[in-house]
Amino acid sequence: MIDKTIIGKQYPAFTVEVEKRWVRSFAEAIGETNPVYFDESAAKSAGYRSLPTPPTFPFAMIMDANQSFMILDELGIDKRRAMHGEQSFDYHTDLCAGDVVTGQQKVVDIYDKKNGALEFLVTETRLENQRGEHVCDLRTTVVVRN
Amino acid sequence: MVAFEEIKVGDTIPPLTKPAITHLQLALYAGAGADHNPIHVDEQAAKAGGLPGIIAHGMLPLGFLGQLLTLWVPQSQLRSLSTRFVGMAFPGDVITCSGRIAGKREHAGEKLVDIDIAAQNQKGENLQLGKATVALA
Repeated sequence: MIDKTIIGKQYPAFTVEVEKRWVRSFAEAIGETNPVYFDESAAKSAGYRSLPTPPTFPFAMIMDANQSFMILDELGIDKRRAMHGEQSFDYHTDLCAGDVVTGQQKVVDIYDKKNGALEFLVTETRLENQRGEHVCDLRTTVVVRN
Repeated sequence: MVAFEEIKVGDTIPPLTKPAITHLQLALYAGAGADHNPIHVDEQAAKAGGLPGIIAHGMLPLGFLGQLLTLWVPQSQLRSLSTRFVGMAFPGDVITCSGRIAGKREHAGEKLVDIDIAAQNQKGENLQLGKATVALA
């Protein structure tokens, strides 16, 4: 069983830089075709500072910072038994290529179902940009199949 | 442009059907999404983890749901996106994303529309059930 005493634990802040090439490769991976995600002039014509990041990009940022797997490793959970259960994003300001984002993750809940056969690990991560603006809040539920 | 006054609860937004998920796409997503869990690229690892085979990253169909919304309104109008991953997607699956207006409200000076969103596979099985909120003029 996951150690419930880590509820409330806050992990050290991490910093991730949003590189243009990363935005393009992410957009390509999800099958985006809108030129704003690939072509800087199209992005600027649409009113963005640079290439905007697709809506689910912030999760790639927390994965790049190893935030989800870090906790699984710390808890000794085999990644192959872990699945994404729920994910939410609340957007506060735009996130574009060139931004340098700082985030901090905390554990907000741990619970189980089916007499412990399924365990749920819930974390929240707040992201801020280089200007100190609140960019996005993510809430992630990971399901562990025991 | 989508106008708040013209939207009614129960309206649907234009659906999006994506090309079939490929192994190449999962490899690209593993890299760009920074999710190197082997269950998405390695058949043996997926089976050792108790799965029937390679499964797609749950974040891939959620990316499709994001695209459903940004095809409807500019991304700058998206306020929130959330989902429950209720079914697994596999290579070869053709995912269709849909949305239905669930509510209209005003909050902090913005006219907001809440949308129930879903991603289904080619058999009509729900893979993701979620909600999104967009601001309209």
